[in-house]
Amino acid sequence: MLGRRQKQEKWMLLAPAMFVLALITMVPLANTLWLSFTDTRITAIAAPVHFIGLENYIYALTDPDFQAALYRTLYFTIVSVGLEGVLGIAVAVLLNQPFRGRLVLRALIILPWAVPTIVNAVAWRLIYQPDYGALNSLLYQLGLISDYRSWIGDPSTAMNMVILADVWKNFPLVAYVALAALQTVPDDLLKAAAIEGASPWKRFRSITLPWIAGPLLVVMVLRTIEAFRVFDIIYVMTSGGPADSTKTASFFIYQEYFNYLRSGSGASYAVLVAGISAVLILVYYSAAKRQAAGGTA
Amino acid sequence: MKAIKKLVLGSALATLAMASTAMADTTLNALFMSQAAYSEDDIKSMTAQFEAANPGVKVSLEFVPYEALHDKIIAAAGAGDDGYDVVLFDVIWPAEFATGGFLTDVSDRIPAEYTDEVFEGAWTTVEYEGKRYGMPWILDTKYLFYNTEILAEAGISQPPKTWTELMTQARQIKEKGLVEYPLVWSWSQSEAMICDFTTLTAANDGKFFDAGEPAFTTGGARDAVAFMKATLDEGLTNPASREYFEEDVRRVFSNGEAAFALNWTYMNALANDPKESKVAGKVKVVSAPGVEGKSTASSVNGSMGLGIPANSPHADEAWAYISFLTQKDIQDDYAKLSLPIWKASYSEPKVMEGQEDLIAAARESIAVMYPRPLVPSYTEVSDILQKNIHKVLLNQTSADEALEAAAERVKRIR
Amino acid sequence: MRRSLLQSVLVYLCALMLAVFTAGPLLWLAVMSVSMPTDLTEVPLRWIPSDLDFSRYGALLDVADGSGRHFLSALRNSILTAGGATAIALLVAIPAAYSFSRRKASMVLLFAFLATIMMPPITYILPLYSAFSSLGLLNKTVTLVIVYAAMLLPFAIWLMKANIDVLPVEVEQAALMEGASTAFTLRKVVLPLALPAIAATAMLSFLVAWDEFFYALIFTNDLSAKTLPVAIADFAAGRVTDYGVIASVGVMATLPPAILAIAFQKFIVSGLVAGSVKG
Repeated sequence: MLGRRQKQEKWMLLAPAMFVLALITMVPLANTLWLSFTDTRITAIAAPVHFIGLENYIYALTDPDFQAALYRTLYFTIVSVGLEGVLGIAVAVLLNQPFRGRLVLRALIILPWAVPTIVNAVAWRLIYQPDYGALNSLLYQLGLISDYRSWIGDPSTAMNMVILADVWKNFPLVAYVALAALQTVPDDLLKAAAIEGASPWKRFRSITLPWIAGPLLVVMVLRTIEAFRVFDIIYVMTSGGPADSTKTASFFIYQEYFNYLRSGSGASYAVLVAGISAVLILVYYSAAKRQAAGGTA
Repeated sequence: MKAIKKLVLGSALATLAMASTAMADTTLNALFMSQAAYSEDDIKSMTAQFEAANPGVKVSLEFVPYEALHDKIIAAAGAGDDGYDVVLFDVIWPAEFATGGFLTDVSDRIPAEYTDEVFEGAWTTVEYEGKRYGMPWILDTKYLFYNTEILAEAGISQPPKTWTELMTQARQIKEKGLVEYPLVWSWSQSEAMICDFTTLTAANDGKFFDAGEPAFTTGGARDAVAFMKATLDEGLTNPASREYFEEDVRRVFSNGEAAFALNWTYMNALANDPKESKVAGKVKVVSAPGVEGKSTASSVNGSMGLGIPANSPHADEAWAYISFLTQKDIQDDYAKLSLPIWKASYSEPKVMEGQEDLIAAARESIAVMYPRPLVPSYTEVSDILQKNIHKVLLNQTSADEALEAAAERVKRIR
Repeated sequence: MRRSLLQSVLVYLCALMLAVFTAGPLLWLAVMSVSMPTDLTEVPLRWIPSDLDFSRYGALLDVADGSGRHFLSALRNSILTAGGATAIALLVAIPAAYSFSRRKASMVLLFAFLATIMMPPITYILPLYSAFSSLGLLNKTVTLVIVYAAMLLPFAIWLMKANIDVLPVEVEQAALMEGASTAFTLRKVVLPLALPAIAATAMLSFLVAWDEFFYALIFTNDLSAKTLPVAIADFAAGRVTDYGVIASVGVMATLPPAILAIAFQKFIVSGLVAGSVKG
């Protein structure tokens, strides 16, 4: 049990954080929640605001464009965070092997993570550029394509190209965390399993993976939150095109607010997105906890 | 929110009252865009002239990408007297800005004689329901640029008068192997594409709306989409056009990789500048073509105006600045990247000098400038059209289906 | 365990592929930034510049030059903004994390904190804009510092909490028994032990703040507060026909965080992992 002094302290220690959050995010958050039940529009003159109950939500949930945007966002999140996880772990396993140049490679792979998102987006846009882009030229000179083609101008490839750029920037963080976690896996556990005749893959599945799942959780949650609200890279690389193929939920909400000036309905879209994101994180969190329980308990 | 707005309004009024007594030192916040027809340097030097002529008034200039211009104006509406005093706005926004109360009605400030001295097309840039929300400043439309060398090599003596003729000439050029893709456009999923679409719709005598109902599913607008698609199918249009913006069009054309390009006024000076272009001196400009039996030339109203946000506490000084920038003398002095709004300017020697073909094209184009839909929800209408037309250009659906889907979606706008 | 020759070859092959994948785009960005403008519009591309052209960097680093002033002030603003926001976030996050970890503050509250960053950031912009403008705080570095600090806080608290969770509680208890105040214990006992975690959190926070684009785009108006991402968007949007200019700005904007990341790489790892074993 906490003493009275400690109880007071609990709140005193929290106070600064709560103050900052209340000021900057909690109040607007509450306001957004309220707006989502109204027909508020952004205007420069006072306009009547009506409480309209769930109307915005009903419209949002039956809006095929929003549904499509949500699917795209889910696709983006699952594929890019998934790839970052798989690639990150694979890279960590590789960097955990002794070989010459390992330290240099370790230092090298952190660099993409340091590239600002906007620079990343602009750089990859140049690489994908249809006439003078490096990707076309490289593939052409290697004989892999016979004609220059459009990458982010083609709806069948645009989203995957954006994902590639996102994965390139973000896999290093996952790799770093996975690498550090790998180094804490007890050797004797692995050796014992090897003596019992477990295959390398089996050892990895049943010992290593559960062991590193816990440490990976924090970074994967962070990446999932970020991926689910992806905006900047889309804004710079494709602006949602071609033919809406990269228009994610955040971009959709941006349009609702800034282009169509419907803050009420924009708010309802945003609340839905935040809700889905929260559910996603909770599912994830409990799954990873369960996975980790095997290794660390 | 409301309480804050009241508070803000109150303080704005208070400041306004103070400002009239302390007019001596005023700083105007002005918002421009970095891709404006006039270059940043042009705008800076015009502003310096204004400041020199108006001691006590300073102008702080901000340049943002076009994509951020609308967002900044909207956000600043909540800024009380801390917002902008002068903003550059696009021809497609007055309806929305007027309904939302973002811009000040300046109809009474504009001298009556201006109405006749300035082109009608320029006025539509700032008007909504009979009121004026600013002064037109950049009078712009898309022209047809062509590479004289390529045309000569293909044995073509005259630039096309109709879009059909343009296709014939493009075919000829492609067959001779002079360039792979004779045509280049800005057909990314963006407003730039809608400008080209509007030009073609105007040429085909089409309509966007009829008595408030979408009318773009048939007639000229439909023909316009069909034309766009046909040039792609035939390999006459550079397929990368579907991800190009205006600057890409300029780059491709300036590299000599296209025979024809549709672009704004500014490209004339830059494509003829040896530092910027490999085809300098081989570039000519004419009005965008027409369609036989329907039009002799076509043009989209792509003008921009200068207005005063409703929350500006310095409306008088702001108007002085706007009047200065839009006056004939200043516009005549900077007529290389953007053409004046004044009819009389088009016979001024200093305006015509070195760009006689542009001026000739302008006379023709300005007379037929066609507006994009003048509805408060324009941005959304445009987004819907962009998406659906882009689908046609990307072979995902047919022109009829896409325009029908767009019309359905437009009817559902809240 | 010894590797067979085949395994060794495989390892080196993978390492090579990884190096190419990681370094390729960066290298190309650097090459573009020093290539002659005409090299960059050749088809197919000329990979090795015909001549080196460092003039773009010269212009960016020259205060007298327009784009140099633009870039250098954005660099200064970015350092101040990201640095300030990181400092405040840590200062506020550490006590809060301690409260969650050692004073049993409710996890529901922590989740509520995290919920604030799940909301698409777009929704905060307009309310914050009108609030800051009524305080006369628009276009100020300090405004961005406060907003970013709030943005960084939830994750920083979580990360720090996870790290404090695994620190041995006995030392703190001993200090508290001897009559040391909580503030003293936090400063003298907990902080030194949590140093790697603090470094990792700081690094992560700094990068997120350094990256932020949309708030900065809307909240800043001129050289006095514009940050690098906004400046880069300006450079990319203007009439730039030379891709090398954009590349050089990109390289320069990447340098400061890259140097930090390499310098702190050890901490990033131990800080992120030590704490998260328990999740």
